[in-house]
Amino acid sequence: MKRAALWGIMVVLLAALQTQLGGWIGAYYYKIVILAGINIILAVSLNLINGITGQFSIGHAGFYAVGAYTSASLVTYGESWIRGMVSFLPRLGQDVVLLVAGIVAAAIAAGIAGLAVGIPSLRLRGDYLAIVTLGFGEIIRVLILNIDAIGGARGFSNIPAMSDFFLFWVFLFVLITVAVIRNLVESSYGRAFISIRDDEIAAEAMGVDTTRFKVLAFVISSMFAGIGGSLFAHYTAYLNPSSFTFITSFYLIIMIVVGGLGSIEGSILGAILITVVLEAFRSLSEFRLVGFSILLVLVMLYRPQGLMGAAEMFRLRRRPAVAKS
Amino acid sequence: MDASVSTFLQQLINGISQGSAYALIALGYTMVYGVLGLINFAHSDVYMFGAFMGYYTANNRVVQAHLGTSLSAAVVVMVVAMALSAGLGMIIERFAYRPGRTQTRYTFAFWLGILGAIFGNLLLHSGTGTLIGAALGIVVGVAAEFAGVRPVRQESRLALLIIAIGVSLFLENGGQIVFGADPKFFPEIIPSTSLNFGPLSLDTQKLIVLAVALALMVLLNVVVNYTKTGKAMRAVSFNLNAAKLMGINTDRIIALTFAIGSALAAAGGILVSLLYPKIDPLMGVMPGLKAFVAAVLGGIGNITGAMVGGLILGLAEVMAVGYGSSTYRDAIAFIILVLILLFKPGGIMGKGTVEKV
Repeated sequence: MKRAALWGIMVVLLAALQTQLGGWIGAYYYKIVILAGINIILAVSLNLINGITGQFSIGHAGFYAVGAYTSASLVTYGESWIRGMVSFLPRLGQDVVLLVAGIVAAAIAAGIAGLAVGIPSLRLRGDYLAIVTLGFGEIIRVLILNIDAIGGARGFSNIPAMSDFFLFWVFLFVLITVAVIRNLVESSYGRAFISIRDDEIAAEAMGVDTTRFKVLAFVISSMFAGIGGSLFAHYTAYLNPSSFTFITSFYLIIMIVVGGLGSIEGSILGAILITVVLEAFRSLSEFRLVGFSILLVLVMLYRPQGLMGAAEMFRLRRRPAVAKS
Repeated sequence: MDASVSTFLQQLINGISQGSAYALIALGYTMVYGVLGLINFAHSDVYMFGAFMGYYTANNRVVQAHLGTSLSAAVVVMVVAMALSAGLGMIIERFAYRPGRTQTRYTFAFWLGILGAIFGNLLLHSGTGTLIGAALGIVVGVAAEFAGVRPVRQESRLALLIIAIGVSLFLENGGQIVFGADPKFFPEIIPSTSLNFGPLSLDTQKLIVLAVALALMVLLNVVVNYTKTGKAMRAVSFNLNAAKLMGINTDRIIALTFAIGSALAAAGGILVSLLYPKIDPLMGVMPGLKAFVAAVLGGIGNITGAMVGGLILGLAEVMAVGYGSSTYRDAIAFIILVLILLFKPGGIMGKGTVEKV
């Protein structure tokens, strides 16, 4: 009851913000706010696999791309079909159905991709996931470049834009992502993820099916990346393979490392911070990347716990006191 | 001889020469993985660096005036590039990977110096600006170190992996700034002539690439198996802590491993540039990934395995492109990787390891 009320208040607040924010800060900053929101979804979901489960994925942009292109193709090619099915709704309601259909399809497609990548690479101990995800990211990009129906190298244009209410949608999904992942981490599943990060052998000895939990974490993480991609596709109404290169994955890694691996609030902070800094230094191109890569090395060498460590500022609920034996 | 047979032989030679280049890069991955358990992402950029060093040496006025295009020029180019890349490999190890392992000094000053140089260059657009920035960065770094800013000692492999990614991106983008982002063309330091055996025509360049790669691999095998340093390397790879207890200077051996691996990568870079002369700062990414696949294919940590894996991968790729489609050329390596991870994760030459707690 209390939780439902909380969600209600947040949705109303978001809707209010949607009507006002564009007027307050202007189109440019509005765009940055939306990008920051999408980056929060991506960073928090990447943190689930890299920070909380202790595996190392460096191809998050690949799943982001899968989500973006799946959702864009569904909505572009299936628009009239979906609208026909829900023709009893007003125009706005139809838009909502379209967007939600795109997001669900994106999450499913990215989840399947995550399963396909995760199963061979996560059965093994060691860092194979890093290489496989890196390869996956590249292959997805090559695939997109070679499929003409989704634009190839020209980019996918004329995606039905639904950018009127985008602040609302993006931040609604930011809330959902954070809530889901936060609750997951606090649940018994999350404890299993953390135990795998801290000591895989001990976790296995304690009866945690490590492969299953690693793959599960990876699939969930990929699904949220897909959702982020879907939102991005319908916000910009244009997709280009160059938005989904290794560099994108690299920036996401910097966000979670700077924020603190394992801290969800850290990832949110990191995502906002890095999005803003990236925008501020946009004109510097390669210099920007050199600076960021040195930053990454220095953070790892001198403050590997990032801004937040693994801590959270806000507790969901009070932890039960540890029973004394 | 049948035309299809001669095409096949042609492809075979292409595959082996391509594969021997992959093998040279894979050796560096596998050796570093052997001693540190780390996927050294920066290795692919050392390969790029080697090719560029070869390019600059070959175009150097002194080298051109004294040697021209001759075999000795090729040898000089090769040796200089390999030595410089070995240096780069050691610098990377010293300032990026070692600080988390052993107590080191001046790491902060090193990185701040580079950052300072970049910002100095950006602000003043001149060499003086670069120098002033670098000097400032170094002073601040040394001061911070005296004030007690020290690298954190870390056990986690994840941290090293993230650092490796950072170094790799740093080298790629630093390369775009220093070498320029536009592709360059590697000079033909060994003239290409074709030898004809009936319908089969062989390119001398390919044969030389093959011969040099094989010679380097034999040399490496001799060093690793028949010298005292090689024995130490094998010991460190077997068990780092035990090797340390036996009085082996493990830091020195690890640095040496990076140096040898990097020199081999540079050799690979030059040999590949002879066959495909277009070089650019991002040229290392794909070959690096494929060489890693080759290392896994052969059994990561196993030197012979890396050679075999490289050859198999090169052959598979050339055959698939020759008899199939070239669109998904890059995907072949990853299909192989996924298959190997699914069915024989230890690799062809790897032995199953028992995990001890």
